[in-house]
Amino acid sequence: MKTIYLDNNATTQVDPVVFETMQPFFTELYGNPSSMHRFGGQVGAKLKEARASVAAILGCEPSEIIFTSCGSESDNTAIRSALNAQPDKRHIITSAVEHPAVLSFCKFLEKKEGYDVTYLGTDEYGRLNLEEYEAAFRPDTAIVSIMWANNETGNIYPIGKMAQTAKQNGVFFHTDAVQAVGKVPIDLKSVPVDMLSLSGHKLHAPKGVGALFVRKKLPFRPLLIGGHQEGSRRAGTENTTGIIALGKACELALAHMDEENTEVRRLRDKLETGLLNAIPDSILNGDRDNRLPNTSNISFGYVEGEAILLMMDQLGIAASSGSACTSGSLEPSHVLRAMGVPFTFAHGSIRFSLSRFNTEEEVDFVIETLPAIIKNLRKLSPFSAEKSAPACTKSFSE
Amino acid sequence: MWEYTDKVKDHFLNPRNVGTIEDADGVGEVGSLACGDALTLYIKVDGKGIITDAKFQTFGCASAIASSSALTELLIGKPLEEAEKLTNKDIAEYLGGLPREKMHCSVMGQEALEQAIKNMRGEAPSKAEHSHEGELICECFGIFDEEILRAIKENDLQTVEDVTHFTKAGGGCGKCIDDLERLLAEAHGGTVCKTPSARPAFPAEGMTNIQRMHLIESVIDTDIRPKLQADGGNIQLVDIDRNSVLVKFMGMCSGCPSSQATLQNLVEATLKEKVDPELQVREG
Repeated sequence: MKTIYLDNNATTQVDPVVFETMQPFFTELYGNPSSMHRFGGQVGAKLKEARASVAAILGCEPSEIIFTSCGSESDNTAIRSALNAQPDKRHIITSAVEHPAVLSFCKFLEKKEGYDVTYLGTDEYGRLNLEEYEAAFRPDTAIVSIMWANNETGNIYPIGKMAQTAKQNGVFFHTDAVQAVGKVPIDLKSVPVDMLSLSGHKLHAPKGVGALFVRKKLPFRPLLIGGHQEGSRRAGTENTTGIIALGKACELALAHMDEENTEVRRLRDKLETGLLNAIPDSILNGDRDNRLPNTSNISFGYVEGEAILLMMDQLGIAASSGSACTSGSLEPSHVLRAMGVPFTFAHGSIRFSLSRFNTEEEVDFVIETLPAIIKNLRKLSPFSAEKSAPACTKSFSE
Repeated sequence: MWEYTDKVKDHFLNPRNVGTIEDADGVGEVGSLACGDALTLYIKVDGKGIITDAKFQTFGCASAIASSSALTELLIGKPLEEAEKLTNKDIAEYLGGLPREKMHCSVMGQEALEQAIKNMRGEAPSKAEHSHEGELICECFGIFDEEILRAIKENDLQTVEDVTHFTKAGGGCGKCIDDLERLLAEAHGGTVCKTPSARPAFPAEGMTNIQRMHLIESVIDTDIRPKLQADGGNIQLVDIDRNSVLVKFMGMCSGCPSSQATLQNLVEATLKEKVDPELQVREG
């Protein structure tokens, strides 16, 4: 059975060109880039090229890129560095809809190390309130960490404006751009972000490689201390194959940026419209006008997400759910909860995330088959639109 | 992905005995939309005390649906006195086991069966009402000490994580973790629980969180919504987080200059009176 992979915000297929590029560095060119001999030096030269490619997609200098193992490491490093560099500052601003790499770390810092954290809320569309943000700054605020785009809804946040506000307040600004890099244009020359995290496996490079942009002259404290790799900013022998793959993936992502915003967006919109039209009591979660071009988060009322996912899986369709039962946490997605999505819908949310490898036929198949799955599960359910309190779907679906 | 047995998968993909029984002798309703899973069980019993038919409707994950289906299979043809002895372990065993994190689905089946039998005997309404006399431990999911102690004893639970898997208690905000540890110690050490209080001071006192949610939904449906609808408006319950109730105004109430007054004088005041004086209502 063919897999229709619509879970690209979880991870992506390694682009065959990326795979081909990285292969020799497993078998033939396996030198340590820190070695003095030419055998290692040629790998070091490739890392330099990869660093330039990553810098190019962000619009920054290669020296401002530190390679890491993943987005989570980049996020943790950025926040920890800002706190260690300013030990007298004990306050952090973030949002309630961040990825756990930021949210759980902030909660840890709050509980175990006594930091104060302000968690910005959202409106029903998942948009942040900028007035609440501006009011959150304190003299002891050390860092703001707000994601560029949300992994569950695809919402894009006003990072330029928020970074500017942080700058005016003399506060470091970090953004988790793991979902945004490669999908929307980013130019750090014009956006005053101090630190930015990205992850390779979200843009068709393999898992296990990430990067952290740290603006030149920003005080920085390494998370990993040991050797002098990465300009003494991140110890540990580099994941050379992963870094070379990331460099190539960034090149390809830049080349495909227009396609991401035209063809992928068109397929996403077709899928979204097709499902919302075909399935009653379904709502779109998120900001319709300001989202990543590949992401659509739809809630199907009165049914539960894991049950939908498993039924889809029977047909070879892979997606994600924000339902409690898929996470083991027993509560539905913290993002949907923060947005105030009614229980009637929150448990039945499915995230579809596309990539340039998806096809029209795949989208058509999902539009054809999913309505029957929802219908069957609703037949099983003791709830329905008639039995439950009337749900105001209008505000979410418009 | 959860590791489900073939039998769980089969009962999820091909559930047996789905539907309702119009002239059921007993009906048991447990869970709610808010909690993420709910089961309504219908049973039909003949003059000899044999369960001749059982049907279900379930909102929930694969293991909730499979557990419900398995429960009906276990019930049909069984004498009532034998059915009364069925436990969540029997349901899980029938399915060849459930992931430990999903054992609460089998517990839901056991609770629905108990409720249906009580309902058949005229001892209780179909929907689980507020008969708890113990201490509310998990506010997120409305779990009382008596349910937790029973789960610990019947399933020989050893850790807080076990308790969460079997009862959901502790699976939300986590504030009750210390209490769960205390109950585990009590269950294994034989310490007696607190004596229950006498008469409720307000309607929702002593209710599980699920029961409290049901009551809030019910008061909104019967006492609040009709008044708003009379003026072309409406209201939707968005969320309940302990004492905080989040609602959304619709129709004429949405954007109405008097919506704040309506929120306080009608919605909050009614919920305070009919559910809990500590409730705070806000618009989201």
